[in-house]
Amino acid sequence: MKKILILGAGTAGSMMANKLYKALNPELWKITIVDKDENHYYQPGYLFIPFGVYQPEDVVKPKKDFLPKGVNFVISEVAKIKPENNQVILRDGSLLQYDVLVVATGTVPVPEETEGLKGELWYKDIFDFYTFEGTTALAKKLETWEGGNLVINLAETIIKCPVAPLEFAFLADAYFEEKGMRDKVNITYVTPNSGAFTKPKATAMLNQLLEEKNITVIPDFYLMQVDNARKVLVSYDEKEVPFDLLVSVPVNKGDKAIINSNLGDEDGLGFIPTDKYTLQSKQFENMFIIGDATNVPASKAGSVAHFEAEILIENILSYINGQPLEAKFDGHANCFIETGHGKATLIDFNYDTEPLPGKFPFAGVGPMGLLKVNRANHMGKLAFKWVYWHMLITGKHIPISTHMSMAGKITD
Amino acid sequence: METLVNTAIEFTAEGYLKNMDQWTPELARELAAKEGITLTDKHFEVLNWLREKQKEGVQLSMRKVGASGIVDIKQLYALFPGGPLKISSKLAGIPKPASCV
Ligand SMILES: Cc1cc2nc3c(=O)[nH]c(=O)nc-3n(C[C@H](O)[C@H](O)[C@H](O)COP(=O)(O)OP(=O)(O)OC[C@H]3O[C@@H](n4cnc5c(N)ncnc54)[C@H](O)[C@@H]3O)c2cc1C
Repeated sequence: MKKILILGAGTAGSMMANKLYKALNPELWKITIVDKDENHYYQPGYLFIPFGVYQPEDVVKPKKDFLPKGVNFVISEVAKIKPENNQVILRDGSLLQYDVLVVATGTVPVPEETEGLKGELWYKDIFDFYTFEGTTALAKKLETWEGGNLVINLAETIIKCPVAPLEFAFLADAYFEEKGMRDKVNITYVTPNSGAFTKPKATAMLNQLLEEKNITVIPDFYLMQVDNARKVLVSYDEKEVPFDLLVSVPVNKGDKAIINSNLGDEDGLGFIPTDKYTLQSKQFENMFIIGDATNVPASKAGSVAHFEAEILIENILSYINGQPLEAKFDGHANCFIETGHGKATLIDFNYDTEPLPGKFPFAGVGPMGLLKVNRANHMGKLAFKWVYWHMLITGKHIPISTHMSMAGKITD
Repeated sequence: METLVNTAIEFTAEGYLKNMDQWTPELARELAAKEGITLTDKHFEVLNWLREKQKEGVQLSMRKVGASGIVDIKQLYALFPGGPLKISSKLAGIPKPASCV
């Protein structure tokens, strides 16, 4: 019997376990999936927890509920991958052998990467919202915070869900307004990119929103250090931004098992060099990477992992049948962006096409407005939670084309 | 279209070279002068490294330059003040660094 091993049972790993189980003959293939955590976290929900929209218990469910019974689920930490021997070593020293490896270990924020970020103010006046602990601690903090300089900072350019910090800024503006204390809060968005967004059409639209909401953007600020004593961010070129409350998106890295196995990209961030079309490893032909763990130049998002899964299942089947890998991922991403007060906007793009305005056809639901701020898009964002638990991670068909479509888009 | 060093060379609206093969060290010096930078050997080491990586199809970032062994991020800022990755890419004749948002 041949063996497929999946590392990570998050968004992408769960989808692949379901799709592979459906596609492969169980008498010929044994599927094993490993994760160190028995719980599945709905990470897009982390955005809403600080503002009391979701409660912590809304975003956690047991992983086993989303994996087919016939898939062997091992709860353990992967310590090392040895692709030369087709082996994976677990924390307890046990060894797993594979014929085909799927790496779906995602990415995590690593505040230790930046001097002073995880210092004495951590979870007192400095928070992240990309982890369950961070977002729930921040929710508590906001309940009693009396105002001042709220600074939202991205420590690095490559982060998962690159629009989430922007959504956080919009939701914070609405939250403090609804609390009747917006005049006591300055919101500043500090980013290493050349703007809050950089693709021209979406930038024009989002900059206008930021201005209307009185959110100051400080671009080209590359964080070197957080000075806890003076409560300032310091950049590599010695610019400073003072804060009372810092909401940080720390450097995001691939899992340490990837880095320890020397499988990461040359920047040291631990993302695995991956063919951006086929999702095959650039080094090992029986290794495939999906989701946030790759180094492909697409957004690190659940929607992207979904489109990738549709491609990857075909390519893995081709690979095991000795055929060329013909399915090609186009970098498709589709993201709702919360803008506050029960409204949101929608962007749809890929490697080659920037987010454009127009209409997004959605079978069964009707067209959604691209780069438009409205209530329907907000409903779409909230509905994503249901879709995530009931369709997305169990690999069910979702009526959106895998490759980005130009239908409805306005190119002028 | 702009003419530099007596050859017809095309730039994007943002001032990036359209064809990286038209790059010459002289062109880099002339573009640098416009940014108020006088290129040293260290500058050229960075520019050549960027061109090499671009040809290999590597997605460039500040952190990658910082891990190149040529300069750390602080030194990169000292060499190309303001927006180091953008300015160095411009002077290296390679396209504007891509960003995910
Ligand atoms: C605040 C926030 C908001 C977001 N909003 C959206 C949104 O609106 N829309 C959207 O599409 N996406 C959104 N995302 C992004 C989305 O959640 C991720 O892109 C997606 O979950 C990636 O899936 P993945 O399988 O690659 O990684 P994950 O889902 O993170 O799974 C990785 C898994 O690997 C396991 N693992 C890692 N290392 C090891 C190891 N060594 N041993 C064992 N197990 C290991 C982890 O425990 C985890 O279960 C958001 C993310 C955040 C943080």
